[in-house]
Amino acid sequence: MKNKSFGSRLIAAPYIVWSVIFIVVPLIIMFYFALTNESGVFTLANLASIGKYKKAFGISVLYAAISTLITLLLAYPMAYFMTKLKVSSQRMLMMIVMIPMWMNFLIRTYSWITLLANTGIINTFLGKLGLGPYKLMYTPGAVILGMVYDFIPYMILPIYSVLSKLDKSLLEAAEDLGSNGFTKFKRVILPLSKPGIISGVTMVFVPSVSTFYISQKLGGNKTMLIGDVIEYFFNLGPTYYNVASAISLVLMVMILICLFVMNRFSDDDDGGVII
Amino acid sequence: MKTLSRIYVGLIIFFLYAPVLVMIAFSFNESSSVWVFSGFSTKWYTGLLTDTTMLTALEHTLIIAVLSAVIATVIGTAAAVGILALRNKIAQKLVMSVTQIPMMNADIVTGISLMLLFIFFGKLLGLNESLGFFTVLIAHITFNLPYVILSVMPKLKQTDSRLREAALDLGCTPVQAFFKVILPSISTGIATGFIMAFTLSLDDFVISYFTCGHYQTLPIIIYNMTKKSVTPDTYALSTIIFVVIFVLLIFYNILQNKSEKSSKKGFGK
Repeated sequence: MKNKSFGSRLIAAPYIVWSVIFIVVPLIIMFYFALTNESGVFTLANLASIGKYKKAFGISVLYAAISTLITLLLAYPMAYFMTKLKVSSQRMLMMIVMIPMWMNFLIRTYSWITLLANTGIINTFLGKLGLGPYKLMYTPGAVILGMVYDFIPYMILPIYSVLSKLDKSLLEAAEDLGSNGFTKFKRVILPLSKPGIISGVTMVFVPSVSTFYISQKLGGNKTMLIGDVIEYFFNLGPTYYNVASAISLVLMVMILICLFVMNRFSDDDDGGVII
Repeated sequence: MKTLSRIYVGLIIFFLYAPVLVMIAFSFNESSSVWVFSGFSTKWYTGLLTDTTMLTALEHTLIIAVLSAVIATVIGTAAAVGILALRNKIAQKLVMSVTQIPMMNADIVTGISLMLLFIFFGKLLGLNESLGFFTVLIAHITFNLPYVILSVMPKLKQTDSRLREAALDLGCTPVQAFFKVILPSISTGIATGFIMAFTLSLDDFVISYFTCGHYQTLPIIIYNMTKKSVTPDTYALSTIIFVVIFVLLIFYNILQNKSEKSSKKGFGK
């Protein structure tokens, strides 16, 4: 008997070896690069130089926070209304929400330029009404719009999946106990949808704070996000790998702290973070 | 209230699809502009058939997606079984925490850390060019594995362990018991994991960008194109991919609704 279970434990071995080599070791190497200079000598200079990119860090967090909030405010009602429909239409709508995710996100981002440019569709339309043209491209608003657009399915789906599993009898109980619509939402529905919200917020915030494509395309050269700084240094070549590693390391630590704080918020330990 | 909520859902869908519609419209543009529509033409679609850069990239993308999804599904399914069999709960927790890292971490950090690993070992081995087919494949398998493990594991937990014992009592070897009893009951989890892995790999840009070297996949080609100026052929290719996925999913959905209806009727009798 002992032998058999040893056998079934053994088949995890390839994965464990794989995850050590390709998940753990790369992070150690990143640490090593961040804490050494070009010739491999220990230094804190890379980490010390990060102060120069305070602004990029600040803007990244600010933009990601704003777009996560907007995404949440747009996605929650959508997910909520979806649960009110027939089961077959619910499933259809879920597909409709998911399909854009299968399109390449570079193209999805890029096609906004056609809509937002000074000679783009929106301004042409407004021009016919005698308005504009407004400067929509290369603004902070365009970058935030891009983030909201690219990542909104990741917010709708987890919230929807939590709301659709909500126990109806709890809502009836709340009504029986005299709750009106608003208190029912505030005291019952919202607290119970927390795991979905946390999961959605994580899945929108992390890619937003670390993006470099959206800001390059929709923000022009004016908005340098932290992802842009990292990408810029890596493209400069091996001499800059150390500094870029240090910035990546700080970004990683920052994301981990954000996730940790968010998980504390959820104050339940049933691991709702995973979809 | 009901009409208001319908309008809201409609607006969100419009928001999700507006850029997609723009892309489809301009893939039929006669001129090479993605700004001004000058006339209807299908030349970008026929042009795709002769565009070797694009076709090679498509081939690379499909090879990587299929290989990485298959390998990740095999290693990941085995891992899920093995991890659950671990008696040491601390070791189990540790392995699961490491598994979460690629899902939680920003893609750019995962991509860079893998690239540094490949360059580091490439130098040790004395290679000139350390990035290429194998590195992008390894990278894709690495970010696919957690999704496979996390789709298979819940199914395994739901499987009644007595089934396996019954199979063993009836004379199956452990390997036979796995293939005849366990595998069929976790097959939906495996299928979900495979599909997720395949689509994630198909769509990945950031991690491939840092690990692919000269083995360029489609998203990399698209990235290079959008650096200069996009011509409608990129839109044409995306439209084809979009339509294929759209039709497949709608078809799948209709089938699922139908089978549900017929099973309900069956219960009625």
